[in-house]
Amino acid sequence: MKTSALNGNVRHRHRFLATMLGSIIVLIATVGYTASSHNISRPASKEFGQGPRVSLGRNYMATLEAAQPLRLRKMQTVRVRIEDVAGHPVDGAGITIDGGMPQHGHGLPTRPRVTRNLGGGIYEIEGVRFNMGGWWQFKLAISGPAGDDSVTFNLDL
Amino acid sequence: MRSKFTVSILASTLLLAVYDAFLHAEEWTDDQIRELSSMSLGELELPPDPTNKMSGDSAAAAFGQQLFFDERLSSNGRVSCASCHDPAQGFQDGQPLGTGVGQTARRTMPIAGAAYSPFLFWDGRKDSLWSQALGPLESPVEHGGTRAQYAQVVAQHYEAEYEQIFGALPDLTGVPRVAGPVDDPVARQAWNQLTENQRDSVTGVFVNIGKAIAAYERQILPGRSRFDDFVDTLVATGRAPIGVLSSDEIAGLKLFTGKANCTQCHNGPLFTNNDFHNTGVPPRLASSPDSGRLIGASDVLHDEFNCRSRWSDASPEQCVELEYLVADSPTLQGAFKVPSLRDVATRAPYMHAGQLATLPDVLVHYNQAPPAVIGNSELVPLGLTDTELRQVVAFLASLTDSSRHADATRPGRQAF
Ligand code: HEC
Ligand code: HEC
Repeated sequence: MKTSALNGNVRHRHRFLATMLGSIIVLIATVGYTASSHNISRPASKEFGQGPRVSLGRNYMATLEAAQPLRLRKMQTVRVRIEDVAGHPVDGAGITIDGGMPQHGHGLPTRPRVTRNLGGGIYEIEGVRFNMGGWWQFKLAISGPAGDDSVTFNLDL
Repeated sequence: MRSKFTVSILASTLLLAVYDAFLHAEEWTDDQIRELSSMSLGELELPPDPTNKMSGDSAAAAFGQQLFFDERLSSNGRVSCASCHDPAQGFQDGQPLGTGVGQTARRTMPIAGAAYSPFLFWDGRKDSLWSQALGPLESPVEHGGTRAQYAQVVAQHYEAEYEQIFGALPDLTGVPRVAGPVDDPVARQAWNQLTENQRDSVTGVFVNIGKAIAAYERQILPGRSRFDDFVDTLVATGRAPIGVLSSDEIAGLKLFTGKANCTQCHNGPLFTNNDFHNTGVPPRLASSPDSGRLIGASDVLHDEFNCRSRWSDASPEQCVELEYLVADSPTLQGAFKVPSLRDVATRAPYMHAGQLATLPDVLVHYNQAPPAVIGNSELVPLGLTDTELRQVVAFLASLTDSSRHADATRPGRQAF
C-alpha cells in the first residue's frame, strides 16, 4: 500500500499548491479590483492627519484638536485651532464645515457647526460624525482678518 | 497494510490540520484584529435616552412588556405589537409586508438592538423608541385605534401599574372611546371637540404608554453568536480558534470586511452604521417608488413627539441628532436605514419591503449593483465569484444567536 501513502502525500502537496496558487490569483484580482474601483486616488499618507495644515491661500494654519481619537458612529465635538501665518491665534473668524468621502461621492452624514469661539484661536465644532471607515475629507471655510480661505484635512477612520 | 494506510491518512490529516492552524494563526494582521474587535457584541454600549426618564426603570419595562403583547390596544381587539414583532421569530414576522388591521407598505423590522439607533423606521422618521411606538398605535393599517381608546384601556386595566410609575392618571370623564388626530374623520372630529385640557390629558397617557414600551424594548438585544466567540478568542490570544467558524465562513468574513466592502455600511457590533444609504434595491411599486430617508428626515424634524417636543424629557441642547441633521441632501432620495445583520439568516425575506427572498439573492444584488430606480445607488459591482458569494452567505449565518434554536420563544436577551 505504498502507493496510497504516496498518493496521500501527493494529494496533500497538490492541495497545498492549489491553495497557494488560489491565494495568489485572489491577491492579484484584489489588487486589480482595488486599483480600478478607486478612480479618485487617495492622497499620500503625509497628507493625512489632524494638522497643523496650511490653508489653500496660505493665509491661515489650522489644527484639529479632538479631545479623544475620532471614532466611527459616535456624535463628537472637535476643537480646531486657527492661527495666522505668523503663528498668532485668530479669534472671531467665521468658519463653516463641509466634507465627505471623495471615493464614495457623498458628504458628511451630519451638518456640524462651530458653536463657540473659546478664545486663543480655538473653536468648538459640534455634531461631527463619521459613519464609514476609510478616507474622509473634513473641510473648513475660514473667513477672518486675512480674508476668505479654506483648509482640507484628510482623515482615516 | 491497512494500518499503514490508516497511519498515512492520519499523518496527512494531521499535516493538513497543522497547515490550517498555521494559516489561521498567521492570516490576521493587527489592523484586521482591531477591526474585528470593533464588531464584537461585547463592544456595545447602550446610549442614554434623555427623552425618556423611565427608559431604565424596571417597573416601566415590566408594564411596557404587558402593553407590547396587549391586543386590546387596537381597533379590532386582535392586534398587538407582537402580532408583527413576534418574539418567536426574532421580533419580526418573516413576511415581505406586515399585517395588522390592514397591510403596511414596508417590512416589519426586528427590534433587537433598536435602542442603539438614533433614528427609527426604515426612513428614520422617529428619533426615540417611545415616539416610534406611538406611530403603529395610530396607524390605520397597524393597530388602527385612537389615543383616547388607549388612554382608557390603561385607566381600566392598568391603573395601579401606571400610577406606580407615572403618578396619578388624569381625569378622563367626557372623553369618548374613539378620538384622536388620525385619518378617520369621525375620530378626528371627536378629537377636535375635546377641550385642550382633555386633549393634553389623553396625549400625556398615550406618551407614557410609549415610554413604558420603550423601557421594555431597551432590554431586547441580539444574543452572542459563533462570530463573537471567534473574535473574542482572536482578540484575547491573537490566534483564531480552530473549529468555531468553518473555512468558508472565515473566507466570507474576510470578503465581508475586505473585497466586498460590506463594512462600509454594516460596521460596529450591530453590523450597522445606523445611517441611511441608497443601495438601489428595486422598489416594491415601480410606479410610485419609496423616497425613504428624504421624507423621513423632514418628518422627524416636524414630528409631534420628537426630542424637542414638549412631551420629551430632554432639554433642547440634548437633541443633538436633530440639531445637526442633514434633511435636504439629494443623497437622501431612495436611501433606507442600514439594518443590523445580527440574526439575519433567520429572517428572510430581505430589504425594506421584502423585495429579495433569500440571502443568495441579496448577494447577487450587491455583486451586480444595478442602477437605482429612484435616487442614485452608492454601490459598485463587486466582481465576486459564485464561490465567494456562497462564502459571504455562509459568514452571515455565523451571526445568528447561538442559543436561538434551543430557546426560540424567549422574549429576547436581557441587556442588564
Ligand atoms: C402591522 C404590523 C406591525 C405592528 C402591529 C407593529 N409594528 Fe413595528 N414595525 C412594523 C413595520 C412594517 C415597521 C417598519 C415600518 C416603516 O419603516 O415604515 C416597523 C418598525 C418598528 C420599529 C423600528 C425598528 C428600527 O430598527 O428602526 C420598532 C422599534 C417597532 N416597529 C416597534 C413596534 C411597537 C412597539 C409596536 C406596538 C406599539 C409595533 N411596532 C407594532 C410593523 C408593525
Ligand atoms: C452603501 C451601504 C451598504 C453597503 C456597502 C452594504 N450594505 Fe447591506 N444594506 C444597506 C442598506 C441601506 C440596506 C437596506 C436597503 C433597503 O431596504 O432598501 C441593506 C440591507 C442588507 C441586507 C438585508 C437585511 C435585512 O434585514 O433586510 C443584507 C443581508 C445586507 N445588506 C448584506 C450586505 C452585504 C453582505 C454587503 C457586502 C456585500 C452589504 N450589505 C453592503 C447598506 C449597505
